[in-house]
Amino acid sequence: MDALDCRLVNLLQDGIDITAQPYMAVAGQLGISEEQVVQRVGQLLDDGYLSRFGPMYDAEKMGGAFSLCAMQIPADELEKTAETVNAFDEVAHNYLREHALNMWFVIATEHADHLPVVLQQIEQKTGYPVYNMPKLEEYYIGLRFEAGATQ
Amino acid sequence: MKNSLDRLMDADDSEPLVDELDRRIIQATQAGLPLDVRPYHALAEALEVAVDVVMARLSSMRERGIIRRIAAVPNHYALGYKVNGMSVWDVPDDSVARLGKQVGALDFVSHCYQRPRHLPVWPYNLFAMVHGQTREAVEDQVGEIAALLEGCNRGHEVLYSTRILKKTGLRISK
Repeated sequence: MDALDCRLVNLLQDGIDITAQPYMAVAGQLGISEEQVVQRVGQLLDDGYLSRFGPMYDAEKMGGAFSLCAMQIPADELEKTAETVNAFDEVAHNYLREHALNMWFVIATEHADHLPVVLQQIEQKTGYPVYNMPKLEEYYIGLRFEAGATQ
Repeated sequence: MKNSLDRLMDADDSEPLVDELDRRIIQATQAGLPLDVRPYHALAEALEVAVDVVMARLSSMRERGIIRRIAAVPNHYALGYKVNGMSVWDVPDDSVARLGKQVGALDFVSHCYQRPRHLPVWPYNLFAMVHGQTREAVEDQVGEIAALLEGCNRGHEVLYSTRILKKTGLRISK
């Protein structure tokens, strides 16, 4: 990842427009062609610097539901249980954390009433309780990482 | 003239929901946008829908907040932010709104939410996510939050992530 990639990642975190050629502005700012922007984005995705590039959907605004859930899984059951939990399409991401409650994942469902069903299915399939922690209030969400700032 | 019932019905109708074409667009883009200098044209072609229609639908979904933005999602590990600490706090419920806003305003906090307790297993009701290069950096930041909360902090922990088990973003079923 070179200096130009860092600037590209920082610019693209703010988002692109919905226009015929949405990379034109970014290409102009960086002094490269639109083809080069697209080629670099592809490379950054391939190399794992970007997890994703595209529309960021808000499940709740679609009438769906979104929740953070935690489980306490013994170490020797972890791999098997992670596989079971991750197999649910509704599980968007899943992190292992250092705590008695060691598995933390986000569930997104297209219909709000489907969320409790998924929770119940996960409990049944894994045999462990799921602690449901939906947000009650959002005080801030501004996830943004400066590429190049940590070098 | 509309009566109050009509206005209520209108309010219901204005609830942002997705129709069949929106769903097809979501399904086609939830893994990402086509890598093309004209990505919406490429998307329209794949869906066999006019590009004007696809762009109008995307714009509408963005206006309604269904799409937060069309953007790059960096892998923070790869960018050097290797330590991700979920700091969790037990604060009085009648102060959580005020405190949550103060904690959320700190520039190193990426997400800040009130969430339900699960007593006795889980006493914490305020979550603030902090990221850094090292644990020391994250611990300094957690110290700043503790100083801000002062006497309202009845206990806290930092849960460090040690592994990503899955990261796919939202998926809707076919």
